Amino acid sequence: MSAGPTLAEVDDGAVRTALERTWARPGGLLGLLGAVNHKTVAGRYLVSAFVFFGLGGVLALLMRLQLAFPETRLLGPDLYDQVFTVHGSTMMFLFAVPVMEAMGLYLVPLMIGTRNVAFPRLNAFGYWTYLIGGLFLWVAFVLNVGPDAGWFSYVPLAGPEQAPGKRIDVWAQMITFTELAALVGAVELVVTTLKLRAPGMSLNRLPLLVWAMLVMAFMVIFAMPAIMVASTMLAMDRLVDTHFFNVAEGGDALLWQHLFWFFGHPEVYIIFVPATGFVSAIVTTFARRPIVGYPAMVLSLVATGFLGFGLWVHHMFVTGLPKLGASFFTAASLLIAIPSGIQIFCWLATLAAGRVLVRAPLLYVLAFVATFVAGGLTGVMLAATPLDAQAHDTFFVVAHLHYVLIGGAVFPLLGAIHYWLPKMTGRMPSERLGRVTVVILFVGFHLTFFPMHQLGLAGMPRRVYTYLPETGWGGLNLLATVGAGLLAVAVLLFVANVAWTVRYGARAGDDPWGADTLEWATPSPPPTYNFTHLPVVESRHPLWTRGTAPPVVTGLRTDVREVLVTDAIDATPDHRHMLDGPTLWPFLTAVAAGAGIIVAIFTPWGVTASALLTLGPLVGWFWPTGEPIRGTTREAA
Amino acid sequence: MRLVLVLLLAALAAGCGRPAALDPAGPQAAHVARLWWLLLAVSVVVEAVVVAFAVYAVMRVRRPAPAAPTLAAEPRLERRLSTGVGLAVAVTTLIVLGLLVASILTERALGALQSPAPLTVEITGHQWWWEAEYWDAVPSQRVRTANEIHLPVGEPVLVRLRSADVIHSFWVPALHGKRDLIPGHDSFLWIQADRAGTFGGQCAEFCGYQHAHMRLLVVAESRGAFDGWLARQRQPAPEPGDDRTRHGRDVFLSGPCVLCHTISGTPAAARLGPDLTHLAGRTTLAAGILPNTPGHLAGWILDPQRIKPGVHMPSVGLEGGDLQALLAYLGTLR
Repeated sequence: MSAGPTLAEVDDGAVRTALERTWARPGGLLGLLGAVNHKTVAGRYLVSAFVFFGLGGVLALLMRLQLAFPETRLLGPDLYDQVFTVHGSTMMFLFAVPVMEAMGLYLVPLMIGTRNVAFPRLNAFGYWTYLIGGLFLWVAFVLNVGPDAGWFSYVPLAGPEQAPGKRIDVWAQMITFTELAALVGAVELVVTTLKLRAPGMSLNRLPLLVWAMLVMAFMVIFAMPAIMVASTMLAMDRLVDTHFFNVAEGGDALLWQHLFWFFGHPEVYIIFVPATGFVSAIVTTFARRPIVGYPAMVLSLVATGFLGFGLWVHHMFVTGLPKLGASFFTAASLLIAIPSGIQIFCWLATLAAGRVLVRAPLLYVLAFVATFVAGGLTGVMLAATPLDAQAHDTFFVVAHLHYVLIGGAVFPLLGAIHYWLPKMTGRMPSERLGRVTVVILFVGFHLTFFPMHQLGLAGMPRRVYTYLPETGWGGLNLLATVGAGLLAVAVLLFVANVAWTVRYGARAGDDPWGADTLEWATPSPPPTYNFTHLPVVESRHPLWTRGTAPPVVTGLRTDVREVLVTDAIDATPDHRHMLDGPTLWPFLTAVAAGAGIIVAIFTPWGVTASALLTLGPLVGWFWPTGEPIRGTTREAA
Repeated sequence: MRLVLVLLLAALAAGCGRPAALDPAGPQAAHVARLWWLLLAVSVVVEAVVVAFAVYAVMRVRRPAPAAPTLAAEPRLERRLSTGVGLAVAVTTLIVLGLLVASILTERALGALQSPAPLTVEITGHQWWWEAEYWDAVPSQRVRTANEIHLPVGEPVLVRLRSADVIHSFWVPALHGKRDLIPGHDSFLWIQADRAGTFGGQCAEFCGYQHAHMRLLVVAESRGAFDGWLARQRQPAPEPGDDRTRHGRDVFLSGPCVLCHTISGTPAAARLGPDLTHLAGRTTLAAGILPNTPGHLAGWILDPQRIKPGVHMPSVGLEGGDLQALLAYLGTLR
């Protein structure tokens, strides 16, 4: 071809038309139940997770109302136990982990410059299992079969003798099922991040948010099997009379606690680590400069990932473990303050050195810093065994955990939603409403949870459905309840802002914040295929070095769902790979497995039924669909 | 609205009182309280410095309105930033190491409280009450009581802990941190009260419906008073002195009460519920939630489910005369 317009200029329109056709979202039933696009699936995850967040929040308000005054008779002990158990289980299993994975599933393919996640059908399967598990818990709760032994379900209280009926079985099966979804999400994030990055995006150019998601995904892969094994053992103790946890038959009640917290402590970091990714992205954009100490930040994330697995025993300091072993876990628990500290200092240094643009997402980050540091400091207190013996299982711990989970994860998450809402919806959220929301959220939060420190030291244990007037705990509890009301107002304002944005927000354009990462190099909202041409990356901040028109990859097929697979370290192009399109099989498989797992509560034959029921959909799912196209590999799952 | 405001002010006033865990009545809680004040001081300083710096970094007056991002690094600025972060990390590490040492030293101090032949109290957690047995080499000299334990001031006491059903946690904040009672894992705790007084405690591990109402009282008193109390506890229940109390005892022994409770000196010897031999000598009922008055006792006997929903004690329907006789009899059990 002689000199003339470049390939891209000539073909852009035609390429887009072809990509639109190839990557089209199907309509009708297939579109509803068979969608495999990462943005669609992640969007569903986000909406579902926030619905569960709202439901869990309503339960929290009920508890605050019950505890506002001593001896209130709004909720009896039976209902209160279900309410706090379902609140905890919903927030941890149906909101926190799924919402973080959902943000990863939405953002990672865009940030690393590819068209979809590595296994689109598996991704859809993950969402359906999550939804079925979540609905199962809530339908059971509405039918007064909600679990009532706490989100931690300690045996023997959750064992067959102390907890007859089906309530704990619902909990155990829900855990096994939704954690399957968490594992699926983690596998997607790991493989997508390691194999589908744009050429040139070597690991040292990976955005910190993607690093955070990668670390979180690896943690999920190592932590979730522990809880799935434990919940299955509990279900077996209850349903087929195994005696894993039955003291009378040589089982051990502490075994459950080890298994649970081997998952349960990493879980906290699984929730927190992605939030640090949001903070890094927001800080970089609004400080208008690269983050200080990128290598230190990455190493801190990885260190957190490892150390997070060495702390679980600090949940068991008052069980009477040997002192020497306990001090090892004290040391590890204190040690993890260091990587968290490094991250905080790097963000603050970045802000101090940058020319800061103050916008609502950054205010969320400020609220995060003030709250998370306080929660971290109470965490240091709880790591000291003698002090833990006083504070453990009291409202002091309730305060601490909400400081780190709401302050450390939900504040950054809400900031992140505000920040990426223009990308997701194509419209700008209201800045003024955003600022008002942050202020009310911050005040409401501290009004709710700060008094709980004092309550705990004054002797108020957790998980009590009421307390006596003469304890003197009434005043601070009332204060906390007033704060919870304010917190609810802030959440409603946040939802109102999202609704307003979708309907009335100003058009956002590709890159409204002047950010640095690839997701801002494509239209808002992104087309189904994400990028007309896959970008080529030359630096850690591609949009700041090359503007919104980075160099691109050409030559990929547009008539099939083809993506570029690159090397795990350097992201040099390796081969082309074809992804699968919409299909109903993942949905049918999830429904079959879900039906089996529910039937298993009533008869062990449910397991057999589940195996037989899933057989059909799995055969359909894996049925070969013709010869692989020359020069490409075909996705298998 | 005004009511809420008044209550809030009352709350703050009440909240300013020193909470139990920080108002130690013995050496163990005092060690922990010292560690608390150290950690609190460090925490307040760290939080204040971090928040002040964050607000300064974001809010300080800026050079011209930010536009294009800064990518070209100024080597001097970057070096200063790295040094700053490095210093902050170094200080954090030193603080953390210091706190680790403080924690381990406190743990050692807690371990120092011991005695070769201590008063030993075996506490058994039940849903939802505490059984306490004062150990003695001679079985007949052992004393069993419930929900209220007496201790001599100034002496180390060994508390042995076990559970009859699910996991409970023994916690008297003014004396010591908590320790779990786990089926299959016996454990113990050393406590000591340095001043006389009554200290409240409560189960701290979620143990089912009435976890909220599983309280206990620790009465610390002089050695003389304690010995007197212990001697009284060793006595069997007195013989009823009149027809009314005699009838009351018959009501007790012929009714469902006898299936769960012990009154020594009578045929009632079941151990599912609290030992009632010296019930009238206790200040509270139903694991520390009702004052021990005849009215509350009557309400408790007639309808315990209203007071502690889910409690294992059934409602006992009694005629007025029988009830009054029973109350009179129970009132003699000092």
